[in-house]
Amino acid sequence: MKYVDEFRDAAAVRHAIDTIAGIATRPWNIMEICGGQTHSIMRHGLHELLPDNIHLLHGPGCPVCVTPAEKIDQAIAIAMQENTVLCSYGDMLRVPGNNRSLLDCKALGADVRVIYSPTEAVDIALSEPEKQIILFAIGFETTAPGNAAAIRKAKLQQVENFSALVCQVTVPAAIDALLGNNDFEIDGFLAAGHVCTIMGFHQYYHLAEKYQVPIVITGFEPLDILAGIEKCVLQLESGQHSVENAYARYVTEQGNQPAQDLLQEVFQLDDQTWRGIGVMPNSGLSLNKSYRYFDAEQRFSTVLGDLDLSMSKPVNEACQSGLVLQGKIKPDECPLFGKQCRPDKPLGATMVSSEGACAAYYRYAAS
Amino acid sequence: MKQFSCPVEIDSNQIITLAHGSGGRLTRQLIEDVIKPALANVRLDPLEDAAILQQFEQTAVMTTDSYVISPIQFPGGDIGKLAICGTVNDLAMMGATPLYLSLGFILEEGLHIAELAAVVQSISQTAQAAGVAIVTGDTKVVEKGKGDKIFINTSGIGARENTCKIGTAEIRSGDKVIVSGDIGRHGVAVMAARDPQAFDTPVISDIACLNHVVTALIEEGIAIHCMRDLTRGGLATACIELAQSSALQFDLGETTIPVEEAVQSVCDVLGLDPLYIANEGRFVLIIPETCVERALAVFARFDNCKAAKVIGEVTEDKPGWATLRNAYGVSRKLDLLAGDQLPRIC
Repeated sequence: MKYVDEFRDAAAVRHAIDTIAGIATRPWNIMEICGGQTHSIMRHGLHELLPDNIHLLHGPGCPVCVTPAEKIDQAIAIAMQENTVLCSYGDMLRVPGNNRSLLDCKALGADVRVIYSPTEAVDIALSEPEKQIILFAIGFETTAPGNAAAIRKAKLQQVENFSALVCQVTVPAAIDALLGNNDFEIDGFLAAGHVCTIMGFHQYYHLAEKYQVPIVITGFEPLDILAGIEKCVLQLESGQHSVENAYARYVTEQGNQPAQDLLQEVFQLDDQTWRGIGVMPNSGLSLNKSYRYFDAEQRFSTVLGDLDLSMSKPVNEACQSGLVLQGKIKPDECPLFGKQCRPDKPLGATMVSSEGACAAYYRYAAS
Repeated sequence: MKQFSCPVEIDSNQIITLAHGSGGRLTRQLIEDVIKPALANVRLDPLEDAAILQQFEQTAVMTTDSYVISPIQFPGGDIGKLAICGTVNDLAMMGATPLYLSLGFILEEGLHIAELAAVVQSISQTAQAAGVAIVTGDTKVVEKGKGDKIFINTSGIGARENTCKIGTAEIRSGDKVIVSGDIGRHGVAVMAARDPQAFDTPVISDIACLNHVVTALIEEGIAIHCMRDLTRGGLATACIELAQSSALQFDLGETTIPVEEAVQSVCDVLGLDPLYIANEGRFVLIIPETCVERALAVFARFDNCKAAKVIGEVTEDKPGWATLRNAYGVSRKLDLLAGDQLPRIC
């Protein structure tokens, strides 16, 4: 398949692995931020092919994983109301909140629909004016413009029965928080290529400088990931710490300006809770003043005010998903991994989504 | 063989009502006008409470399955074709020649009778092509909202040689695993039919009755150890089940598994794995290595099996495991999924 096969070529992958092995003289801890990259690394077995001194740490970039359980509880509480339709990306459905998942709630009679594009939710609102349509707007900067476009469309077309339950998170804030944490050493970062397609990479310069780490913009196919690792190792071996672009076929320094303008128009930076990690300042996006009319939390405040969290399941204290999300341990180092905690009964954030590091380790366990 | 057709003009406004399931005049009329003409045969025609079948000299094999697909029409087929192929294939996988099928409809009030007639027509054509007769049936109607247009149950009876042992107990270490064609088309075609606004794909379901190719393999004298049709859980789930039942390892090579480019593209975009996507006209064949060449020659004679390929082998190394070796030589364990695959956010 064009534009895919050439980035999965077996001989080229072996050559790239040999190159990395040839230049890495010391152990290096390199974190890939994005869950899509973790998934690709595990699926293609790159972690098994790399030399032993390259340690890949899996970062917090799985939007489904880091969406707080309370936000899912809110989505469920709204969806359980009469005459509401909750529209969500597919992989959010199985993720449990404190009590239930959206799939459970669908089984109980709620109208929960999987959408492929956020604007579908606005179209549903237009075609079913007697119902309240809620877009579960989650994700990183990758999905934020799509969600923003849907919300703006609703405003332009005065779709009053549409609202958005927003839980947007941002990558640079997460990198800042991880590196600011002194008890752990991350030598270099592979930044998420699709986030940078939107946001560019100018915002990483000060992070690379502040923490003296190389940050390499990296794609998702095996050769993209290996190219990112190679550039990162080359910098580390020569004592450099700059921002480098290993995904130039999509990413430019300034990114997608119209998409950024759209984000600016609809959202504002806000503090955000990350599942498994906690609150990080300025790490999320919320609707700004001119779009607050479409805020589902406000529109359904009566329902959400009644939300009974007293039934919350106690978090299994042995669950170490927070440490996994921060790259402090590998998924299979958690004592619950694959035993009490599996994709069909996940205990932690990183097992709940197919893109989470624990789920990827479980699914792609080496034989 | 007589060409079946539907002789009664269907008024496009006519809909199913609860009275069609009451057992009274409208039920009779529905059967006489819509169902029986399309499916007529000597065992069905008397419309007795049960069909009289022949006495079997061979071993009788029986199976049942229910079909609840939405939408009822999809590129390459419909729920009627599915209800015949699914049950015929289950019999064929046991080495049996499918002979008789029962046909149970659960219809939702408000269904257009023309839609039902189209499904019955599809059932007729598929059954005729497969060489099976619908010998008994039933029709019920549920209130609007209590069903989804049409649900179908078919049970099937087939006959196989008394000496035939085809089944998981016959799988041996050293056997080769052949898949009868490219995988994942049915699931992708249905997904696109469900949400035509969301994505457009030229993919057409692989739905097909497999009994003729199985008969050809048997007639060729291929020492078939086991067969399994690839349905809901896809190739991966079938191989995991076979590995567990046989307590042997199914070692598959990822690069040898045929996947059409359009299917792979949809999977890459939505974050789905074609190995777990549904098929309705594909199966895996487990045979000794010595039979592989002749088996592939048989597959080549059938249009829907031209892409058949050896995709792996059975070993004793990791009993109960299905494993997948990728292009880089890394092998991983295949596991059952927790539920349906869901499209990924990004």
